[in-house]
Amino acid sequence: MSDMRDMFVETASRLFRDYCTPDLLRAAAAGSFQTQLWDAMVEAGLTKAAVAEDAGGSGAELADALALLVPAGANAVPAPLAETLIAGFLLGEAGVVVPDAPLTIAIPRPGETLRAVRKGDGWLITGAVARVPYARFASGGVTVIAETAEGPLLAQVALADCKIAEAANLAHEPRDDVAFNEAPAQAAKLTTRQAADVYAMAAAARSAQMAGALQTVLQLSVQYALERSQFGKPLGKFQAIQHNLATLAGQAAAATAAADAAIAHAEHGAGSIAIASAKARAGEAASIACNIAHQVHGAIGFTAEHALHFSTQRLWSWRDEFGNDAFWELKLGDQAVAAGADGLWAMLTAAA
Amino acid sequence: MEALSFAPPPVSEEAERVRAEVRAFLKTELANRPPFKKADSWNGADPAFSRKMGAKGWIAMTWPKQYGGHERSALERYVVLEEMLAAGAPVAAHWIADRQSGPLILKAGTEEQKQSILPRIAAGDCYFCIGMSEPDTGSDLASVRTKAVKADGGWVVNGTKVWTTGAHIAHYMILLCRTAEPTANRHEGLTQMLVDLKATDGVQINPIYDLAGQHHFNEVVFRDAFIPDSAVLGKPGDGWKQVTSELALERSGPERFLSSFTLLVELVRALGPDPSPAAKIAIGRLVAHIYTLRRLSRSVAGMLQRGDDPAIQAALVKDLGALVEQEIPEIARQLIAAEPDTKSTSDFVAVLAHTVLNAPSFSLRGGTREILRGMIARGLGLR
Ligand SMILES: Cc1cc2nc3c(=O)[nH]c(=O)nc-3n(C[C@H](O)[C@H](O)[C@H](O)COP(=O)(O)OP(=O)(O)OC[C@H]3O[C@@H](n4cnc5c(N)ncnc54)[C@H](O)[C@@H]3O)c2cc1C
Repeated sequence: MSDMRDMFVETASRLFRDYCTPDLLRAAAAGSFQTQLWDAMVEAGLTKAAVAEDAGGSGAELADALALLVPAGANAVPAPLAETLIAGFLLGEAGVVVPDAPLTIAIPRPGETLRAVRKGDGWLITGAVARVPYARFASGGVTVIAETAEGPLLAQVALADCKIAEAANLAHEPRDDVAFNEAPAQAAKLTTRQAADVYAMAAAARSAQMAGALQTVLQLSVQYALERSQFGKPLGKFQAIQHNLATLAGQAAAATAAADAAIAHAEHGAGSIAIASAKARAGEAASIACNIAHQVHGAIGFTAEHALHFSTQRLWSWRDEFGNDAFWELKLGDQAVAAGADGLWAMLTAAA
Repeated sequence: MEALSFAPPPVSEEAERVRAEVRAFLKTELANRPPFKKADSWNGADPAFSRKMGAKGWIAMTWPKQYGGHERSALERYVVLEEMLAAGAPVAAHWIADRQSGPLILKAGTEEQKQSILPRIAAGDCYFCIGMSEPDTGSDLASVRTKAVKADGGWVVNGTKVWTTGAHIAHYMILLCRTAEPTANRHEGLTQMLVDLKATDGVQINPIYDLAGQHHFNEVVFRDAFIPDSAVLGKPGDGWKQVTSELALERSGPERFLSSFTLLVELVRALGPDPSPAAKIAIGRLVAHIYTLRRLSRSVAGMLQRGDDPAIQAALVKDLGALVEQEIPEIARQLIAAEPDTKSTSDFVAVLAHTVLNAPSFSLRGGTREILRGMIARGLGLR
């Protein structure tokens, strides 16, 4: 862990905590973009954390930048920070000017295609990607990886050139369907990064957000168990509740450790055991943790008014974004089978 | 909640070098060990193997050289342990001595105790057992009744210990007993003693067979056994403090999530090159779990290396680890239809049978699931 990361994470945590009040989260859920929050993040150098300094960024390693997503997840930051960090990293790496405005990434999943063909000096993009995070607010453009006859192409498409059909996840975060119909690339560069590699990078990002959200779910549940009394004593004094919260703590710790590994391996691509493990493990942890947290909170936690759902609705959504548990487990299973019985342990230790 | 944070495990190049050496050694050493035996993991005792490990310098790795140790890092030691377990090496003979008894003697022992015992442990020649549990004392360890009464030059001990793993092969037991009547503070008046099992009159070791028909643990009966003052470990009355730090060591290692690893290996072998997607997903899920547990567990090793006290983190890893260890046989039996049989000529079926029979112990030994969760809850500030 670098000093850079510590400093960044600390600044970010404070900023997220200050801004992401229940009122702001509710306003975001109602559909408005949180400009003040965004501007504060820009001001603090968070949005371009993984962009080189001479390109106007903060010059952090990608892993250090993605570490911001743990506190971002913990505070339910209602903005495309993960997507902007990744897009910024990819564009910066390709020598493309990175806008200050919100960005998003449209990465085709298995079954979706995005193709690019040359037109004059530039490229035209055609295809569709479903449920692109915050697409409607990506005024800095949509970053895509498209297939071409010459290999994968990293391209930046202006929002005005995309056709957007609005939709949202369970936490009311925008997840829009984006169609490209010979959309001109604002900037483009052939890359060695396949769509699947960027998909994995985004999965690492979601794991980090999930780790943060799980920490909040744990913290809210412990706090509630200490504050709420029944039968003449705080709930937290009942052993059944203590053991459930211990289980929840174990899930949060596992997801956090796995996410730590994933962000350290974020550039390792679709075959990364760390990323696959983290996204799958976080998904499982989310299911167990949300279940316990809501049980401990009783009816109040089931209300729109209580803050618990800011975290649990995100966890219920994020576990299925950028590959659900089974998607990543299948990849791990494929690798285990390829390694074979006698290569399994070596595979596990090599991935550390 | 600070108590539950896990720093990323430190990277150690030396440790990776050790890994290569250990793998090369085990490749020849275990070439003919059948999977059913490998599944015994840290329950498999083989003094000859322990002596070879001693000769390699893989016991007492972190202890000072003056006591036969090798002054290597906790991370290097961790690599040796996990490689041994993953390969199914028979490490049980020296395991307890290396893991907890030796470190305890190093911390609390007299110079004479250190010099006479530690080098023999390091050589793979001297084995220990844990004398904590009694017929009426399990999770509530402070309730031990085995009693030592002061006599001229020593103590006279009466009482019974149970579930004493390896007492029948061990040279010493570290006995937890009462040396003073219980007061309002039950943690006072407890003392640990080094019992020389080969040379103490009045100590009887009776086998207890486990449900798999194996003889691992024992009942150890003390009848007016005389323990000299020189065998008291630490100060009389310090037993509780010592035993809790010993338990932290007992819970912190990779044996707490790798007990069923041989079954996973045989499962992957039995599934062959082209399992169904459902089978691959199930295997992949276990890979994700073990990858994550390993990271948590190495983080604990890092804390030990820094001299922190990771008691609660270790409890958490052990709780998570036992869940996965116990899930592996359940998953295996759903993926491959087979009736478990310890005598089967199929490696998978025999290992499955062995693991099914041993799985209940994974969340009992070394502190039950409920006790661990109580510790975690304390770490969360709930108790
Ligand atoms: C394979 C194996 C090897 C062992 N080796 C050794 C050894 O070498 N030396 C040694 O000293 N001991 C050894 N033990 C004993 C082990 O430490 C004990 O089994 C353990 O501490 C639990 O004690 P118990 O079995 O008496 O169960 P009990 O303490 O009677 O517990 C029975 C059940 O009640 C639960 N329970 C108890 N108290 C509470 C509570 N306050 N709240 C909620 N639930 C509770 C327990 O979790 C458990 O589920 C071994 C055990 C096994 C299985």
